[in-house]
Order: sequence, then C-alpha cells, then structure tokens
Amino acid sequence: MANPLRRRSPLDISPTAKVISYVLLIGWSFVVLFPLYWLAVTSLKLPVDVDRGPFYFPFIDFQPTLAAWHNILFELGNDTLRPYVNTVVVGLSSALLALTLGSTAAYALVRFTYRPQVGLIALGAVCVAGAYGAMLGGVPWQLAAGSAAAVFALLAQAVARRSRRRLANDDIAFWLISQRILPPIAIVIPLYVLFQQVGLLDTQLALILTYVAANVPIVVWLMRDYFAALPVELEEAAAVDGASVYRIVRSVVLPIAVPGLVATFLITLIFAWNEYLIAVVLSSAKAQTMPLLVAAQDATRGPQWWAMSVLVLIMIVPVIIMAIVLERYISRGILVGAVKG
Amino acid sequence: MHSSRPTRTVLASSGRPLDLDPRGVTTPDVTRGPRPHRRAILSLGGWRSDSAARWVFIWPTVVVILFLSIFPLVASLTLAFSELVFAKGRIELDFVGLQNFQILFFGTERTHLLGLLKTPTPLGWVVFGLGVAVIVRALIRSVTRGHVRPFGAFVRIAGAVIATGLLWLVVQTLFSEGGRPGSLVVTMIYVFAGIVLQFLLGLGLALLAVQPLPGRRFFRVVFMLPLTITPIGVGYMFRMMTDTGKGPLEPAFDVLGMGQYTWVTDPWAARIAVIIGDTWQWTPFVFIVLLAALEGLDQEIREAAFVDGASHWQIFRNITWPALLPVSVTIVLIRLIEGFKIVDMPNILTGGGPGTATQSLTLQAYLDWRTLNLGRSAAIAYILLFLVTIIATAYVAWARGRIRAS
Repeated sequence: MANPLRRRSPLDISPTAKVISYVLLIGWSFVVLFPLYWLAVTSLKLPVDVDRGPFYFPFIDFQPTLAAWHNILFELGNDTLRPYVNTVVVGLSSALLALTLGSTAAYALVRFTYRPQVGLIALGAVCVAGAYGAMLGGVPWQLAAGSAAAVFALLAQAVARRSRRRLANDDIAFWLISQRILPPIAIVIPLYVLFQQVGLLDTQLALILTYVAANVPIVVWLMRDYFAALPVELEEAAAVDGASVYRIVRSVVLPIAVPGLVATFLITLIFAWNEYLIAVVLSSAKAQTMPLLVAAQDATRGPQWWAMSVLVLIMIVPVIIMAIVLERYISRGILVGAVKG
Repeated sequence: MHSSRPTRTVLASSGRPLDLDPRGVTTPDVTRGPRPHRRAILSLGGWRSDSAARWVFIWPTVVVILFLSIFPLVASLTLAFSELVFAKGRIELDFVGLQNFQILFFGTERTHLLGLLKTPTPLGWVVFGLGVAVIVRALIRSVTRGHVRPFGAFVRIAGAVIATGLLWLVVQTLFSEGGRPGSLVVTMIYVFAGIVLQFLLGLGLALLAVQPLPGRRFFRVVFMLPLTITPIGVGYMFRMMTDTGKGPLEPAFDVLGMGQYTWVTDPWAARIAVIIGDTWQWTPFVFIVLLAALEGLDQEIREAAFVDGASHWQIFRNITWPALLPVSVTIVLIRLIEGFKIVDMPNILTGGGPGTATQSLTLQAYLDWRTLNLGRSAAIAYILLFLVTIIATAYVAWARGRIRAS
C-alpha cells in the first residue's frame, strides 16, 4: 500500500497537515459515533442494566442480551414490519417525486426567465379568496369555483394590459421556500381536514403528497445553486447541435449535476423518512411510519430505552446503506474535462 | 467575451443576483439590466425560449405547492383569529378577532412569549446603543445607495423599527436585573447559536473530507450519520447523554463535580444542552451540501493558482470561498427557516423546562395545540411566520449584496 502521507498533487497538503487532518477527522468521528455506540450498547441491555448506572462494554461490565431485539423483531414483528414498509415506501417515493419536480423547476429558474405579472397574481388571489369566502357563506363549492374562474377569465386580459409590475425568477424561488416557514404544527389540522374530505386519511398517498409539497422547495433551492454552477457552454453546444431542451436536460445537464442531485436526494429522503408530526396526525394505524413507533416507546411506563434503541438502529440501516452506495457519486472529476472535451 | 474556461462560469454565476424582493425593496437600477455575461448567453439561444418546456418544467411544482401549502396556510390563518369552543355535543370555531394575539402580547401569556422585561443594566444599555448604531448605519447605507422607491424605503424603515424592537426585547430580558427570556428570545438564541456552530463545523468538516486522504469515504459516511436519525430518536439519545446519574458521560460529570446535578435547575445549562444536541444533529446537513459543492469545483484552477505561488489560505479566500458562497447562502437560509421550527429537541430533552426556560416558539405552539388551544397555537405560528419572513427577506437582501461584492 502506498504511503498515505506522500504528496501526489501540488495541492496536497504537507505531512504534518495530514496528521492534523486525521486527528480532527477521527475526533469528530468519535463525537458522532459515541452516542450511536451507546445506543447499540443500550439495545443489548435489560431494563435493570440501564437502571443501575452506566455500563459501557458488553461481557465486561454487563451481560448482553438480545431480548429487546427479539421482542421488536419477532414478538412484535408485524407491528414493526408495517410501519417499516410504510416508511420505506413513503420515504423513497416522496423523495424521488420531490427530486423530479424540484430539480426541473430549479433548472427552469436558472436557465429560463419568468416574468409573471403582479396584477394577474393579485387577481387570482382575489378570486380564490372570494370563492373561499363564498364557500364559508354556504355557496356550493362547484358554483363558487366556477364563478371565480369565470371572473378571472373575464378580467385577466384587462388586468394584464394595465399592470406593469412583474416578478422575477428569484421571487418565485423565494415564494417557494417561504412555504416552509410556517411550523408543521400550524398546518396539520387543515391538512387533516383536507385529506379527510378527499378520503385519503391514513394512507401512504396522503403522506407522500404532503412530503413532496414540503420538500420540493428545499430541492429547488439546493439544485438551483448546483445548476447555476454548471458551465452553460455545454448546453449551448448541445443546442447548436439541434438538441431539444428535454434532451439537453436529460443527456447533458443531469449527468453532470449528479453530485448535487445525490446530496439533495439523500436530504429529502431523510426528511421524509424521519418526519413525525405530520405522520402522527395524518395516519392512525395503516399508514403509521417508524418515527411514530419510536415515540410510542415513551408512553405510559417511561422511556423504554432498549426498545427505542433497537428501533432507531433498524431505522437508520437502510439510509446508511443508501448513503454508502450513493456517496461515490458525490465525488470529484465528473465535471472536469467535460467542457474541454 | 464569454470565457471558455469552466471556472469562469462558476465564478460569474456566483455573482448573479441571488434573490430579490419584487416589491422594489432592494435592487438599485444599475443591476437590473442584463449583465454582459447574461447577454452573451441570451443572444445564443432559441432553446431558452422553448415555450412548452418553460411551463412544463415549472408548473407541476407550482401546482403542488398551491394545492398543499396555500390551503393550510389560509385555513390556519382563520384558526389564528378563532377559538375552539366545546358546545353541547359538538365543537365550534368562534371568530374572536385579535384576542389570541392580545393574550400573547399583553395578557396572561406575555411572560411566556416575550419573557420577563426589566430595565437593562449599564452593559445592557451599551449593547442596545451599539445595536441601534449598527441598525441605523445599515438603514442609511441601504437607503442612500442607489435608487430607492418610496415603498422600498418604507419597507426598510419598518424593518429597522422591528429590528430595534427585537433588540430592545433581547436587552430587557438578557441584559437586565431579574429579567428572563421568553420563548421568542430563546428561539432566536437557538437559531443563531445553532447556525454559527453548524455552519463553521460543517464547512470545516467538508474541507477536511474533500482532501484526497485514504479513508475519506469512511469519514464522509460517518459524518452523515446524525442526520439519518429521526429527530425524536436524537432527542432521546441526548436525554441519555445528558443523564448525570446513569448516562454514559457520568464519569465526566463526576469529574466536573456535577454528579448529582440536574439540568432542570439551570436554564442556561439546559439551553446549551439543547443547542449541542441540535448542532450534533444538523451539522451533517451543512456538511453534505458543502461537500457536494466542493466536489463540483474545478480542481485544476486551484492547482494552477497553487503553482503560481498562491497560499492555501489565498486559494480558499479567492477561489474556493466565492464559489461556495451561493450555496452557503442557501444553506444558511434553509437552516434559518428550519431552525426557527425547533421543537423535538427541547421537548424531549428538557420538556421545555426548567419552567418554560427552554421552550421554543414551536414548542409553545405545540403545547397549546396539545391542550386543544388551537387558536392560540395558530397565532404563535403566525407570529413565527411574520418574524421569520422578515429575517429571511433581510438576510437574503444582505447576502445578495455580499455575493455581488465578492
């Protein structure tokens, strides 16, 4: 094996700096891993071992047992499996959808110019508000929506001609991210009512839709920066060669944006995977996800540390595997050479 | 005009306006016109005006957001002005006007939200004076520089007034005899301490992990781990960590003479515990995004600069940092927005205690929600929305100026 301290590129740092780097890297790894180690150790303990004070090493200061694992995986196997499957399905599909929607929108916001008219947006808002008010006042929703649409269609031309103020791409982006400011606690009740009306309560679909809407703004913002950093020459070259926009995006842009896409995918996956509050309100039995199960371990008898540890550990395994698999795509050299090629 | 080197684009794109406020709040007219760089691109291309693609790309996202975010937003605004009433056999939502807000700002919940306000100490006055000076200076600079429309000037003055009000609140609660912060100030402490720690740690770790060192893949995956754990789980994990009797750090607490210590008695220790837990959990978020951005940079430019005799610090300062700036601005914005919603960590770690010392705005809203005080819960959420919108808008305007300057 080559000497790890040897310098290869002129940018490589000196051996001393390398040693310092390793010390720092290992130091932070310890900070990260110690609580996880404690979780793993706790999952091997009996309640009595947890209660009697800190024991660190299985077989040395306490006798490890798989009781908690056995309990969660076999005795309560079905109660664990269903939320687990839900978490996987909801997490993956919402992350993929959010990534698809968000990255196309981000690309559009970077490369195209949008100039929506303030007047039209205001008119739309007024029409929607009017319809909402009429519905509260007892008008059937079909009628309210229909008349609002009619009013909008009638006035749109006139307003569009008079209104000069326009928004720009950055305003659209800010509008998108501003949807995340309100804490979930404020929107869960309306969401509950919404999904109750359409009969989607306690389904995976309701959670998927909600998470897509919640995570799309983050995808847009992160991908906007990654796309903006890409050299536009490649796309222009492809356009000169006669490729359509869809072709350019698929064959030129997406391949070189892979590091950003992967990082963003991981982040949205993790957000959906771990979300608690929306899941607890929108699902009762069928669509339960894993965070609910973790929280349920602190119910009437105080925190069941051992069970909680098992659940957290089995919950992070797929994400870690995915992070290990995808990490290689977040690496250097994809962009280099493409432009000169 | 248009460079063929990739980094040129990277640098130039970092100078693009990041975000802007339509209401004419900021942009001086000088920057409105297309910059040479943009013009060069625009002249090239029919493909950018493909009308179908323009709409196909953006409409799905807009529709999803409109349907799933706007309705709850409007509905919870209705809630904020209502009260849940349990009548015989049914539940009613009564319109109560500003009553929820009145209770929070002037009524029984005032101490809970704003804290205990007392006259500032001399140090408090100094802090307040310095803060006001900074705000006034920023206001004058932003109004005098370039063309500002009356509405823009109004928005800036309103922003300065709100900033002064917040500063006055902080001074009265933190720099005074016998004052204590309410959930509003506590939330701001969490957010600003958290962002600074998370950004610096995340940037440092990303710079370390991007080096071509053997074993770096191991470190990268390990550093992502805290993010993968459900926030609830992290909360319980830190409850174990901070247990001075049975937790794994018990020997350390013993050495520090905190063997019999309980967090529930010391507000600041409890708050710091919350900040540490939050930082442990969210540093990986900054790390992973900055790592991806660093990996996207062109290595050769830096190598060339190094061969030309630039030091590591100069390379970082003049090449790496400007390229990281846009994504750094974004990530701080996202952490700002998310950080203000902090709820699980204080809820599980300290239960909001001692008293209400570690309660964040969202936790306060959550506790009201749990006791079915939906109106007040929504009112708190809207106060949060108002505050964060102002801070985020101001931050974005400021960051855009910084990006342009660099």
